[in-house]
Amino acid sequence: MNKTGVIYGINGPVVYLKGNTEFKMAEMVYVGRERLVGEIIGLNKGRTTIQVYEETTGIKPGELVEGTGAPISVMLAPGILNNIYDGIERPLSEIAKDGGAYINRGTVVDSLDMEKLWKAHMTVKPGTRVSGGTIICEVQETTAILHKVMVPPDMEGTIVKVMPDGEYTIRDTIAVLQHDDGSEQELTMLQKWPIRVPRPTRKRYPASKPLITGQRILDTLFPIAKGGTAAVPGGFGTGKTMTQHQIAKWSDADIIIYIGCGERGNEMTQVLEEFGELIDPKTGNPLMDRTALIANTSNMPVAAREASIYTGITLAEYYRDMGYDVAIMADSTSRWAEALRELSGRLEEMPAEEGFPAYLASRLSAFYERAGLMLNLNGTEGSVSIIGAVSPQGGDFSEPVTQNTKRFVRCFWGLDKSLAYARHFPAIHWLTSYSEYTSDLAPWYKDHVSKDFMDCRNRIMVLLNQECSLMEIVKLIGSDVLPDDQKLVLEIARVIRLGFLQQNAFHPDDTCVPMEKQMKMMQIILYLYDKARALIALNMPMSVLKSENIFERVIAIKYDVPNNQLEDFEGYREEIDAFYERVLEKNA
Amino acid sequence: MSIEYLGLSEINGPLIALEGVQDASYEEIVEVTIDGKKKELGRIIECYEDKAVIQVFGGTDNMSLRNTHTKLTGHPMEIALSPEILGRTFNGIGQPIDGLGEVESDIHRNVNGQPLNPVMREYPRNYIRTGFSAIDGLTTLIRGQKLPIFSGNGLPHDQLAAQLVRQASLGEDSDEEFAIVFAAMGVKHDVAEFFRRAFEESGVSEHVTMFLNLANDPVVERLITPRVALTAAEYLAFECNMHILVILTDMTSFAEAMREVSSSKGEIPSRKGYPGYLYSELATIYERAGIVQGINGSVTQIPILTMPNDDITHPIPDLTGYITEGQIVLDRVLNGQGVYPPINVLPSLSRLMKDGIGEGYTRGDHQALSNQLFSSYAKVGDARALASVIGEDELSPIDKKYLLFGKAFEERFVGQGSEDNRTIQTTLDIGWELLGMLPREELDRIDTKILDQYYKPQTEEA
Repeated sequence: MNKTGVIYGINGPVVYLKGNTEFKMAEMVYVGRERLVGEIIGLNKGRTTIQVYEETTGIKPGELVEGTGAPISVMLAPGILNNIYDGIERPLSEIAKDGGAYINRGTVVDSLDMEKLWKAHMTVKPGTRVSGGTIICEVQETTAILHKVMVPPDMEGTIVKVMPDGEYTIRDTIAVLQHDDGSEQELTMLQKWPIRVPRPTRKRYPASKPLITGQRILDTLFPIAKGGTAAVPGGFGTGKTMTQHQIAKWSDADIIIYIGCGERGNEMTQVLEEFGELIDPKTGNPLMDRTALIANTSNMPVAAREASIYTGITLAEYYRDMGYDVAIMADSTSRWAEALRELSGRLEEMPAEEGFPAYLASRLSAFYERAGLMLNLNGTEGSVSIIGAVSPQGGDFSEPVTQNTKRFVRCFWGLDKSLAYARHFPAIHWLTSYSEYTSDLAPWYKDHVSKDFMDCRNRIMVLLNQECSLMEIVKLIGSDVLPDDQKLVLEIARVIRLGFLQQNAFHPDDTCVPMEKQMKMMQIILYLYDKARALIALNMPMSVLKSENIFERVIAIKYDVPNNQLEDFEGYREEIDAFYERVLEKNA
Repeated sequence: MSIEYLGLSEINGPLIALEGVQDASYEEIVEVTIDGKKKELGRIIECYEDKAVIQVFGGTDNMSLRNTHTKLTGHPMEIALSPEILGRTFNGIGQPIDGLGEVESDIHRNVNGQPLNPVMREYPRNYIRTGFSAIDGLTTLIRGQKLPIFSGNGLPHDQLAAQLVRQASLGEDSDEEFAIVFAAMGVKHDVAEFFRRAFEESGVSEHVTMFLNLANDPVVERLITPRVALTAAEYLAFECNMHILVILTDMTSFAEAMREVSSSKGEIPSRKGYPGYLYSELATIYERAGIVQGINGSVTQIPILTMPNDDITHPIPDLTGYITEGQIVLDRVLNGQGVYPPINVLPSLSRLMKDGIGEGYTRGDHQALSNQLFSSYAKVGDARALASVIGEDELSPIDKKYLLFGKAFEERFVGQGSEDNRTIQTTLDIGWELLGMLPREELDRIDTKILDQYYKPQTEEA
């Protein structure tokens, strides 16, 4: 019999019980007649505090609270992918079957389909010694992803019985494990894991491979490693969500977990629609086949918003344990931080900066530290990369969430309002952004892209920085008075900005660009720069150079050269040579 | 049989506390009778074993600890709904004030609403032609969208909203039912009167439901007004299959009322004294826009808010911008120059625009054209900044062209008369005409093919 308590007081999503109820910290409870899901967040001799994951309207003092004896957990088994959940892993499509267009309270649905038969292939035999993480069975979960059923992390023993290959539901016993003390335990495909506890691994590796996103400014200038962490801060309308969508669509991760945390309902609908139609360029399967969505829109209960981030990362860790590279999009971590603030306020805790609780920083760090490139318990290698959007109030990066996030991520993609106003997308500002992975990943780029890659990248960065300092002067006295070599820097920087950094998400070729093309584009731009500089050194005026349309031609490369016809780049090299000769001849 | 409780244990601003209550539930509505005559409604906002904290909508004037009777109604805040509410006027908590009697209906809805399930939403794609070039061309309004107007005191946001209602309601597909729900929170009498007249003049007043909480009405009522209005809108849209345009003005008063109540509750303030849950509260209002799968109705929201001191980073416009699907920003400088509507297009945005325009919706070149206009107009700002330092005469020829373009853009594209109802074609054609003032190589956002088709360079000032 589970423990029960009686409600004493209600204040928004926080419910108090009187007396010592003997519940455990972080235990999941059912609150009131409608059995709303809640979690114990505070205990003392006289009072138990619960946060409720649903609206508390209509609850009365005196109603019962029933404990479950276990912390808030998620169910892990085949069927997670190609699905959309709320913040505590309840599938929204099942809720819709029950409740229609609106999300009713107290809806009880299974997280995963309990009846569906999965075709399972067993990978262990009786007598095999297994421990936490050992893969015992394989299931083709979607066309793209092979789901590997593992022994739960805290178990060890010998397999004494295995079912034959065949079709099983996730609740059927597929093997029997004998513990060392002789007791036996039946294993199913289903396991549970508390969302606030990181799943164990054997070892953490340093970053060594980039997460290729097909976005030029990210892959080339500010790369994120597999297992890395990145923050995308930006005021409203600067394109945080768009950046996240682009990465979710085109990055070379195996699995995408997209957490819509306190964001717009229509946006989640859009992701659902779009990802269902789009094809993954790598595998040729629908993108939804490798994606799980967690939608806790801004009008859904605030406590579940707090939990949604943890639900997402637990799902990600589970797939990492199978040896996959997982990328999490958390949109937006500021809403999560605000949920913390709101609950903290209801608990009457002492606030720190701007009303946020003092534990904001430690919660953020605990979340981001769950990312990493790991050696799993079963010897496979997998990674969880976190890309967290931050919505700073007033677009001001000095607010607490941005500042604290900056301390724990190694990649910072700062979105800029003035770029967004000029519709320069992605509006990632090249001067405020940084990536600490650049040097870690240099060997990879050298081996897999080109040995010149890092040189080219650094030259591009130098040109952009030079442009910035020249613009200071131009703003004061106009560009006419600059010497020609500096005018050339401005012109080349313009080519870089328009032709390289700016990327059109709605253009079929430009939306995702392979590394090879990115490299060639950089080379062509720098080649043009070198040739033009040689002309300037021969005292050719900038006005003559600009009368040729070569700069416009190079800017248009992103549209004019299809991703699968990279041999066209040779033509551009010849054009630049011809331009050089022509200018020399004309003005000799 | 319901029990009435005599007296109160505490009165503090709009809040009262009642002790010794039995069976009170959270967010339940109570009726408080003062001196046996005047009745006020209140809502339970905190409740403990035998104590309830109640927020009184009408204010606590004349209450004492002894002279009240309090009755629990047993349900949360509800309003009666029927298609008959069109053409009626209610106060801020949904009681009729037009003298036509109560709404007779068996249908009662909880005003708090419930979150719409994202899998049941339909992604909005159908654009609404408003007749304003700056909106249709650059920040297209989509049916089912929430697109606020960020304004300031003294700017013509009311005229803009009224004209928008007039022109949008005269759309081509007139076989579909169209109606307006108008909610006023803390607005002046004149403003409410202006809207009433505007609706009458454009002949839509039988299709308007008004919820009025005026500047001198009780502050706490304002917290309920948008919820009541949206409950009515949802009913009309999703149960009567109508297309509803909801105008909420002024959201700033709503947020201020929330701050007032929060501080009298003694809550810990976050930014500028607003409670930490301002975002969640605004979201539960704004997110009640949209389209539900399989239902031929929609709720489109146009909230109006005045930015305190024209500051777009103030918490109210800031949080609103994070929730809504774009914003239309009015600008004092443009207004001063006599440009109507004074829409500053650069910070304005419609997030749903990209999927509702282009081939099959408006015209194939729409997206490219709007990107180019934005980008070129952004450069105008740079040229102006430079001109203010070194003087217009010293500018390079191309910067001078941008200055001319900027002026023409503001006067001819953004600016239009209060009677001018432009078609999409006209809007786009004006756009191309303006781009013609710039040399072709400056137009770097447009595909070569589209340029060939539409771009016509202007010869020196014709």
